[in-house]
Amino acid sequence: MPTRRAKIPATKYPIERFRLDNGLRVVLTPDRSAPVIGVAVVYDVGIRSEPEGRTGFAHLFEHLMFQGSENLEKLAHFRHVQGAGGTFNGSTHLDYTDYYETLPANALERALFLEADRMRGPRLTEENLRNQVDVVKEEIRVNVLNRPYGGFPWLTLPPVMFDTFPNAHDGYGSFDDLESATVADAADFFRRYYASGNAVLAVSGDIDVAEATTLIERHFGDVPARPAPARPDFTEPELTVERRHAYTDALAPLPAVAGAWRVPDPIDDFTGYLPYVVLAEVLTDGDASRLVERLVQRDRTVTGLGGYLSFMGDPFDVRDPTALLLQAHLPPGGDVDKVLGAIDEELDRLAADGLTDGELARTQARMATHLLRDTDAVLGRALRMAVLEQQRGEPGLLNELPRLVGEVTEEQVRAAAATLRPERRAAVEVIPGGAR
Amino acid sequence: MTTTIVPATPRVLPPLGPTRKLKLPKQAERTLPNGLTVIAVRRPAVPLVELRLWMPFGRAHLARGAMLSQTLLSGTATHTATQIAAELQKVGGGLSAGIDPDRLMLSGAGLVTGLGRMLEILADVLTGATYPTEWVDTERDRLVDRIQVAQSQPAHLARTALLKRIYGRHPYAVQTPEPDQVRAVRPPVLRRLHAERVHPAGAVLVLVGDVQPERALDAAELALAGWRGDGQQIDLPPAPPLEPGPLLLVDRPGSVQSSLRIALPAVPRTHPDHAALQLANLLFGGYFSSRWTENIREDKGYTYGPHSTVEHSVAGSVLVASADVATEVTGPALLETTYELGRLATLMPKPDELEQARQYALGTLQLGMSTQAGLASLTSAYAGNGLRLDFLAEHAARLAKATVADVAEVAARYLAPAKAVTVVLGDADRVEGQLSALTPVRREPA
Repeated sequence: MPTRRAKIPATKYPIERFRLDNGLRVVLTPDRSAPVIGVAVVYDVGIRSEPEGRTGFAHLFEHLMFQGSENLEKLAHFRHVQGAGGTFNGSTHLDYTDYYETLPANALERALFLEADRMRGPRLTEENLRNQVDVVKEEIRVNVLNRPYGGFPWLTLPPVMFDTFPNAHDGYGSFDDLESATVADAADFFRRYYASGNAVLAVSGDIDVAEATTLIERHFGDVPARPAPARPDFTEPELTVERRHAYTDALAPLPAVAGAWRVPDPIDDFTGYLPYVVLAEVLTDGDASRLVERLVQRDRTVTGLGGYLSFMGDPFDVRDPTALLLQAHLPPGGDVDKVLGAIDEELDRLAADGLTDGELARTQARMATHLLRDTDAVLGRALRMAVLEQQRGEPGLLNELPRLVGEVTEEQVRAAAATLRPERRAAVEVIPGGAR
Repeated sequence: MTTTIVPATPRVLPPLGPTRKLKLPKQAERTLPNGLTVIAVRRPAVPLVELRLWMPFGRAHLARGAMLSQTLLSGTATHTATQIAAELQKVGGGLSAGIDPDRLMLSGAGLVTGLGRMLEILADVLTGATYPTEWVDTERDRLVDRIQVAQSQPAHLARTALLKRIYGRHPYAVQTPEPDQVRAVRPPVLRRLHAERVHPAGAVLVLVGDVQPERALDAAELALAGWRGDGQQIDLPPAPPLEPGPLLLVDRPGSVQSSLRIALPAVPRTHPDHAALQLANLLFGGYFSSRWTENIREDKGYTYGPHSTVEHSVAGSVLVASADVATEVTGPALLETTYELGRLATLMPKPDELEQARQYALGTLQLGMSTQAGLASLTSAYAGNGLRLDFLAEHAARLAKATVADVAEVAARYLAPAKAVTVVLGDADRVEGQLSALTPVRREPA
């Protein structure tokens, strides 16, 4: 008799959508359970869109958006957000760049003012540019160059898997390219990509929809209308022969390996894509998952393991082309080929024999918890809904995800596993240069 | 060159709306006959429940404690580790164990419909963990590898050097065991340590989520009434006061950054100076709009993420300022740091600067309480230090009251650069000269 499955609950966050005359799309999702709000502005430009010779520019530009704007001096943005009791940040992804605040609810109008002001135009000065190039270089040093496994695998695997500049290049950027960036480059980048028609504003939390709508029209209504640029075609053919690359990490004490397989288009073929999201969890989520049982517990060929969709681990915020990734850290002297071989065996076994009783249902229940937990944070809802609006025109998908994940069938997961063949794989191996 | 033309009529920053009063969520508390305190807090936003079990674990053997937390979930009389994980997954749940010199902590979250089941599994682990040999063997090797990886990370190395320098012979001085100590740990030792220390007396279980607090307490009592064992209470000695001295320079040849760590004295949450100290820390380096960040990041570009925090532990509190700076500007970064500390310790802050920090401190209290996970961690951290959520209101009132004079006085007392203990991890050959120009330096190999 099959195990009884936990009922997958859903959220019912209400959603209002509209578009201003200048093309700015707006998503409002009120929830009065705590006196806080999330404000997110997402621009449809990311690492894939930066020009050749300007690696790292999308991220550098994100920093410049905090350096003052039409009515705000340098430092003013930070002070106004934090002086209202809020927190802020921004982040650059493959397909989008986000700017956001979490604030007590009484700061709604202030946050809208701040975001509208920089949407009209940041203060792009030589001094601020040079300062932020220095800051970004320190960011790269602390996150990549001065630590073991820096950029593994999110920066080191794409150039193995992809051939074209947009998909393959280092999104943090080379120091040479960063230092070559000019104010004119920044002004062009802003004009082209930071258009009202290329942006989504989302506000979540303790808001009154009518009041928020009025305030949004007041502050964003006169942002000059500029259309969204045409999005280039980033597609690449799939691999038909396995690609492998190995590099020495001078600081890493132990070997590591990551493999990636292309997956269906997350936007155009969501139904085909979703089983891969579930498969990654079946393989790697916790002590009862397939690969942890096999590689960590039985073979002891791996000491740490992860599986996820998309190079930045944001399965519902990425466009095609993207991948399912598996990464493993190995014990001293560990054999990468053996690990990849065992992964292939486990994928074959899953494709051939299917799942055990209850294996899929328990994985789906756990995924529901993770999804719900992320949406409990007011900012999590604003950010996710903004990107879902931008990439799919469907912010309400956030409410549906636990259920949709729960409806993925065993047949779909088996079929997904069957496509993860070695000849479709790109893999990157870290050779430990820092072994003692 | 400026490409944006500033408008002739500047737009005016809108004022803030009226501040909402801090509202505490509905909660209930019960101490069970076995000595376990259970606190349940209601936040029904999503149909989940967060769980935190704080167990006092001071003075435990370092390697054995680390191995115990690594293997606590590796099997019971009735379930293997895999079965434990699978049973938890069935209700959307998961548990993980962590340890520090104060406590052993089990944390997790799951669908609220599975609360009863999660508690049953928790009870099974607490009363019947078996530490099976094969699992312990595997986990021992994994822990050794993890420690080796940690020891290659500058953040870990800098932290290790700082703790040793601050705490001397106190149990807080060394918080990561050596691989050889871990290799010596065997299952019987773990079973004994579990029997001696994994006890309900003095422990606090926090449940937060879409629950009726009283019913959550009933569920906890039903599941955990059978957890027994009275250990004697083990207290940590008070943390020693900081002893300023030469800057400790730890060599990491080839490092492209220097990890700068500065410890300053601090006080526990309940101390009368605490609210003013928190504000003084914000002014110095505790948030982005601080003097330190605006100086060494936004003006000089020396670093990416400088920050300073008051860290509270059971045996004492300390203020730690951290920045990873480019090797070639290590001396200049220390100079600016000392300048900002000295300026705060000797000159009155401006009223609007304090007001900004105060709003940040009060606002982020609201933000911290606005998720189930945030509430659970806060409630548990408070409870581990003998406080309850209502302390939030008291703390907010103190933050609201602190004057410029209070903050200046506290800054002089705690943030003076003369009281600092400074550790720098970096390429010593390249930075020793720069640093020696500013302060006496004592050099050590990594």
